[in-house]
Amino acid sequence: MPDIKLTPLGAGQDVGRSCILLSMGGKNIMLDCGMHMGYNDERRFPDFTYITQDGPLTPFIDCVIISHFHLDHCGALPYMSEMVGYTGPIYMTHPTKAIAPILLEDMRKVSVEKKGEQNFFTSQMIKDCMKKVIAVTLHQSVMVDKDIEIKAYYAGHVLGAAMFWVRVGSQSIVYTGDYNMTPDRHLGAAWIDKCKPNVLISEATYATTIRDSKRCRERDFLKKVHECVDKGGKVLIPVFALGRAQELCILLETYWERMNLKAPIYFALGLTEKANNYYKMFITWTNQKIRKTFVQRNMFDFKHIKPFDRQFIDNPGPMVVFATPGMLHAGLSLQIFKKWAPNENNMLIMPGFCVQGTVGHKILNGAKKVEFENRQIVEVKMAVEYMSFSAHADAKGIMQLIQYCEPKNVMLVHGEAEKIAFLKDKIEQEFNIKCFNPANGETATIQTPIKIPIDVSLQLLKEEARKFSALPPDPKRRRTLHGVLMIKDNNVTFMDVEEACKEAGINRHIIRFTSTVYINDPGPAVSTAHKLYDIMKEKLSQWTVTFVEGEISVESVMITVEGEEDDHKGVRVTWTNQDEDIGSFVLNLINNMGQ
Amino acid sequence: MKLYCLSNDPNKPCHILTFREITMMLDCGLSMQSVLNFLPLSYVPSNRLLNLPTFMPNDVDPDLEGELKENGDRIFVDSPPEFCPPLDKLVDFAQIDVILISNYLCMMALPFVTEGTGFKGRVYATEPTLQMGRLLLEELVSYIELCPKANIAFQWKSFLHKLPYPLSDSFKPKSWKQIFNLSSVNASLSRVQMVGYNEKIDVFGALQVIPASSGYCLGSTNWVISSDHEKIVYLSGSSTLTTHPKPMDHNALKNADIFIMTDLTQTPISNPDSMLGVLCVVVSLTLRGGGNVLIPCYPTGVVYDLFECLSIKMQDLGVAQCPMYFVSPVSDISLAYSNILAEWLSSAKQNKVYVPDEPFPHAMLVKNSRLKHFKYIHSSGFSTEFQEPCVVFCGHPSLRFGDVVQFMELWGNNPRNCIVFTEPDFDYIEALAPYQPLQMKVAHCAIDTSLNFTQANKLIRDLKPTTLVIPECYTQPPNAAPNVSDYIIETNNERNLITYKWGEVINLPLKRKQAQVYLDNSVAQKIMPIEIKNGLFLSTITGSLSVKDNMHNIQDLAASALGRTQNYVKYEWGSVNITEFMQKLYQEGFTDAKLETIGTNSYMIHMLEADTIIQLDDNNTHVLCNRDDIIRTKIRNVLMQCLRNF
Repeated sequence: MPDIKLTPLGAGQDVGRSCILLSMGGKNIMLDCGMHMGYNDERRFPDFTYITQDGPLTPFIDCVIISHFHLDHCGALPYMSEMVGYTGPIYMTHPTKAIAPILLEDMRKVSVEKKGEQNFFTSQMIKDCMKKVIAVTLHQSVMVDKDIEIKAYYAGHVLGAAMFWVRVGSQSIVYTGDYNMTPDRHLGAAWIDKCKPNVLISEATYATTIRDSKRCRERDFLKKVHECVDKGGKVLIPVFALGRAQELCILLETYWERMNLKAPIYFALGLTEKANNYYKMFITWTNQKIRKTFVQRNMFDFKHIKPFDRQFIDNPGPMVVFATPGMLHAGLSLQIFKKWAPNENNMLIMPGFCVQGTVGHKILNGAKKVEFENRQIVEVKMAVEYMSFSAHADAKGIMQLIQYCEPKNVMLVHGEAEKIAFLKDKIEQEFNIKCFNPANGETATIQTPIKIPIDVSLQLLKEEARKFSALPPDPKRRRTLHGVLMIKDNNVTFMDVEEACKEAGINRHIIRFTSTVYINDPGPAVSTAHKLYDIMKEKLSQWTVTFVEGEISVESVMITVEGEEDDHKGVRVTWTNQDEDIGSFVLNLINNMGQ
Repeated sequence: MKLYCLSNDPNKPCHILTFREITMMLDCGLSMQSVLNFLPLSYVPSNRLLNLPTFMPNDVDPDLEGELKENGDRIFVDSPPEFCPPLDKLVDFAQIDVILISNYLCMMALPFVTEGTGFKGRVYATEPTLQMGRLLLEELVSYIELCPKANIAFQWKSFLHKLPYPLSDSFKPKSWKQIFNLSSVNASLSRVQMVGYNEKIDVFGALQVIPASSGYCLGSTNWVISSDHEKIVYLSGSSTLTTHPKPMDHNALKNADIFIMTDLTQTPISNPDSMLGVLCVVVSLTLRGGGNVLIPCYPTGVVYDLFECLSIKMQDLGVAQCPMYFVSPVSDISLAYSNILAEWLSSAKQNKVYVPDEPFPHAMLVKNSRLKHFKYIHSSGFSTEFQEPCVVFCGHPSLRFGDVVQFMELWGNNPRNCIVFTEPDFDYIEALAPYQPLQMKVAHCAIDTSLNFTQANKLIRDLKPTTLVIPECYTQPPNAAPNVSDYIIETNNERNLITYKWGEVINLPLKRKQAQVYLDNSVAQKIMPIEIKNGLFLSTITGSLSVKDNMHNIQDLAASALGRTQNYVKYEWGSVNITEFMQKLYQEGFTDAKLETIGTNSYMIHMLEADTIIQLDDNNTHVLCNRDDIIRTKIRNVLMQCLRNF
């Protein structure tokens, strides 16, 4: 099957519920299985009925690969495996395996217990789902079955985020998940080798942005927080428990220490210490600096940051609070927001991307009033700042990754439709490769040239190499390999004709032809031969014509001149049946000269 | 394919393997047996060592004066210790393309090989191997640099024959070298490229190298080196026991053409589990009797298991109040690193990080002060924290340098104290020799988790290599048990056995017969297989060949100037049925053909009118035709009808 089929069930010209079906070499692989935070109905999960109308997915999917623990990449996993039904293997990195179940449980609680949603997966389902997970380490080559090979590369973005290279036969793809091409305070930059996949499936969240230097953004952030706190205001920073939160904590912690600030910083989550423990134990996944210094000082032991208590919401005086979830769609961060929003002294800093439909998205788009399900209306007077700390590659980074791995095609997902379309044009222009941007449910079919690996006898290769290197170097000379393919009991071997006959147990029959033509050419035989040699060289320019001891030869065709001082020379041409074309051509040529 | 053996110690291996024009070093072990011949290095001058009588053999150069000291019946060199680096006469280290490191105990000679030799290659090791190897190297360098000696003794090397055993038996002392410095260590380690288990590493497109977990220690690997059709396995320190590392990966090692096996157990007679039991008993008895326990050890490895086992046993036996001290310049880093390498641990330990809990209990032991770690005996805080009776883990296991030298001086004279040898690298009697006479008790509980001979023999039976390559000493019983034939590698008719020893170059019987090429789709589509016999098909192929990074690709060949490509070349086979051929010639109008029999199945056909002679035998037909091409083509067509082709 010389093509690769890619169908996004989610994240096609969109952000949220990343889920891409990959079909190549007769194998079907699901890349990510995320949920959409912006919806509360069935649109929340990818539309698995695309795969099969009813019944479990196991017969249709060979394996599932999860790139990282963000819920828009793994949030639908328990639903898919336990409720729709999938018993095959699920692959993810060790940190993802450790952290994903915690975030899933967190989200389940918010959805079921706070919002009273029905038909949601249970805690037990999360556990059962995680039992199907096989953890992989970076660069390890994992054979899913005898045909599918996968390999994880470091992606930055969040702890344990990985890009996955997937190969079936001679076809391969790279799926980036979310990645980050610049190192940040706790993670390194994504890296991939020149693996030349047939398709690179890249996220394109920041397809049109080229971000200013990270340092400026950090200074900006610190300045705004500092000013607000100085005025006695309260700063709310909605975050997810793991990831950006740790980076911002490191940032504020060092700033507070340096500036000797006294306003309290709270981290509103019982999970803090536990979350930081994951960072401690998977420190090999953080950046160089943290890895080097962790023995002396653990970056994730914070002095200034204390756990938050619900009662603190109404405390007077300035404070900075990190609260979950990050898109203000439910939970504590939303609760605090409702309280603080009407005061213009306060400030909201959104450090990450918000999907459509969330409160966070509305406010970032300038909404001054937000209405909630229970008809409650909240006026937004507090300052609202969007700071892109979200660690995604920007347009420059995406181009850089393309340069690194040299794909033959690119497919863009996980970005808004217009932005993706813009970047698609840019990639096609700059790299002169095809770029695809299918919408959800659309299939991108990518033609791939196939290369078939076959065994070859070393003797055949060595003989060719010997002949080739014996000739004077000529960069334009093409090398040709000629031999016989033997197919026997599903084994295919390429060998030279003598070996093939021997292996097959047959005797080769060699047919030779010899003809003598008489031409008139006075002078010694050698000079006639020379003349013939010059003519042959000219007429048979594609072949190597040699002239040794009065004998002209081209492949198996041999020409000799007989008759010494006579005017009448006999030209003897002899060849094997395999060179009938050249042999008869040469013979005709000489015949014509004789007339 | 050749194998060079550069180390005389199968447990500190160093080989060179050459294959497909690639020069590969397998491990880079440093034999440290040489240091046993030197006097211990003490941080503070030891009167006892200083006052040892000088040894001077009869009629030798007076320059030798002061180089040798005598204690009991042993002679020691009074000089900074020297090490026996890998043999550098057989191979120019600058020619090495790749170095593969199996585990952190097999890389101590790396700075000798990569620094100042013109080495330009790459070094591959796993992350724990690199990190722990760095700790071992830094510890070694720091121990020796802390005790500088004014004079370096070298004259004695010229008078070996006049010296008593075991000094007289020293292995190539003139090649021994002083230890490298820290900047060489750093420069050397900066060349290491970290790899993960089962990562496929491409070596110039000619070979693929894959590290497979060996179960011996954190990050330890065996190496599978393969080309398209050949498989070579290099097995170094491996273990089938369940301790803290990730278990050994057997599958990857199966059905090798060449199987090189080294670094088997150094204590074939003792069983690690029972030794651990003995150790626990000895420790608790000593502590109960008010004595201290000294355990010389490396700063990583089995010591983690010892912390875990001992702390539980001490609790059970009611001596948990006695503290454990871990003294090493790298103790803090070793304890910290071991707990962040979850991906390299056994699944039981690995599952702890999902809770999240530290995989090793020593983090907890440190938290509740049952295990205290210090860089040196003279580090601040040690003397105030220090309380007896206690257990002290410290280096170096040779007892020639490191904090252990101080503890020997401190505790050696008290019979209530006990020294327990757990590391198998050094003979404990030799190690103790400069400290004799000793009052303290001595227990020998060498714990070597690497494969014993029974395990190794079983492994080979399971893995079925075609050729097994082992150090010569594995075919003879060890000196300790000369009559026990269990402690050797079995010979067997099912496989070749090749042995090697130090300084030898071995030809390995691996003849490459096949390689791999990639057929382009356009070429593949033109294949027209012809069935020769039942289930056997042949088809000619011609294509343009491109070779890049040792990869052979065959693409479609453009049509030649004569209009046809060589792809249509066919080969005739079989023999011509002479009767049939004559009939067909007649039918085609060659009525004057005359058949002449020359020999068995050998004929000559004369055709006057066509001015043609045809010679035939079983495998050849020669048509000598001097008429025009139309006649010749006619004959050719007839001939082709009488033969089969593909």
